[in-house]
Amino acid sequence: MRRLEPSESQRLAEHWADRIARITTRPWKIMEVCGGQTQAIVKFGIDQLLPPEIELLHGPGCPVCVTPLEMIDRAQAIARSPDVIFCSFGDMLRVPGSDGDLLGLKARGADIRVLYSPLDALTIARQNPERRVVFFAIGFETTAPANAMAIHQARERGLSNFSALCSHVLAPPAMLAILRDPEQRVQAFLGPGHVCSVMGLSEYEPIAAQFSMPIVVTGFEPLDLLEGLFLTVQHLEAGRSCVDNQYARVVRAQGNTASRALLARVFEVCDSKWRGIGVLPMSGLRLRDEYRAHDALHVFELGAVTTEEPAECISGSILRGLKKPTDCPAFGKRCTPESPLGATMVSSEGACAAYHAYGRAVPTARLTRGTQGLQA
Amino acid sequence: MCLGVPGRVLSREQEDGLLMGRVDFGGVSRKVCLEHVPDVALGDYVLVHVGFALSRIDAREARKIFALLLELDQLNELQDPAATGDHPGERTP
Repeated sequence: MRRLEPSESQRLAEHWADRIARITTRPWKIMEVCGGQTQAIVKFGIDQLLPPEIELLHGPGCPVCVTPLEMIDRAQAIARSPDVIFCSFGDMLRVPGSDGDLLGLKARGADIRVLYSPLDALTIARQNPERRVVFFAIGFETTAPANAMAIHQARERGLSNFSALCSHVLAPPAMLAILRDPEQRVQAFLGPGHVCSVMGLSEYEPIAAQFSMPIVVTGFEPLDLLEGLFLTVQHLEAGRSCVDNQYARVVRAQGNTASRALLARVFEVCDSKWRGIGVLPMSGLRLRDEYRAHDALHVFELGAVTTEEPAECISGSILRGLKKPTDCPAFGKRCTPESPLGATMVSSEGACAAYHAYGRAVPTARLTRGTQGLQA
Repeated sequence: MCLGVPGRVLSREQEDGLLMGRVDFGGVSRKVCLEHVPDVALGDYVLVHVGFALSRIDAREARKIFALLLELDQLNELQDPAATGDHPGERTP
């Protein structure tokens, strides 16, 4: 596969930006669902290449951000047990709980290991039969199949010292919650490309029909995002409600049927709490009863966990597209990636962290085409 | 977190009852679980997330972006006489 030279990418980006500008006749508000898309949009200044009529709203799709504080506290309680090897994706290590983060706990001697793949936790469990190995299984539908495979294999292989602390969320219920808010401003979605590579398109069709809007499943490269935005604006201008697929090289209409079957076997849908938003009905996945022996919530006696988020944090409004990071008086002052107040600053894919990383301190500035991000 | 990385399949083998394989990511190769892309052939591209192949990348769809570049080049030639050579006047319109 040939890679694009930077000059070729630049030419294509300008081509798409021109095409978008030519077809835009009125203001449109478009939300990108996925945190990876938010990060790319801010990093490459894609929002600033667009005509002024188009406003991008940043959605709730950063799984690290929305993992509830209670789960972080439970993870730390488990990781403190001397017989536990606690395994996690690297992204979760710096997310603060009520009392510090997993990285701090690791520095104080806890056996916390960063994994590339959930399947690596099975190898660790096999090599350490005298220890309890716990994997922090978080993520959207993209990550759930790999996590489900590890949990299913642990059961198949009789690895009784392996369990998973599961905190899985689903994209469509969050989109529905946003659209049902009376204050909501979203007129179209850029759909989450990798979530749809697993789940396919069918869940999005009823949402597009019920709320009369286009949903364009989109990839993560700058050119994917621009093409996705072009298709979205084209549908909006024509008044079409539909599900379209910009990311056809990866996303099939039916998704990955093997992954979907495994998810249905290992997990069941449940109500779930989202950090910054609260409990959303049928928005998460929990392990089925057959996997109880590998469910850390049953294996460990954790007791009730009560948590409190700082009242000053507006991440709930940011995750719904009602506010921008720069609307928050604490942004970049009392709230930074090193010392975050809430959900949207705790991971690099959160809208606040992305704005902070790429110097978006000024709310209203727009750049002309060809410049890369704001100078701080 | 949901980012996926495209890579080229170098090998396929059964390991502990799972279809695994080495996948090359621009010079660095890693062991990846191929269980959910069972029809993948050596040389195919897959999208990998946390060591797990989620999807085979459709080469025909992936090539569209280059087709567009080609189209843009032809447009530029039509619009910009200087781009066509030293003696644009000699060309038939």
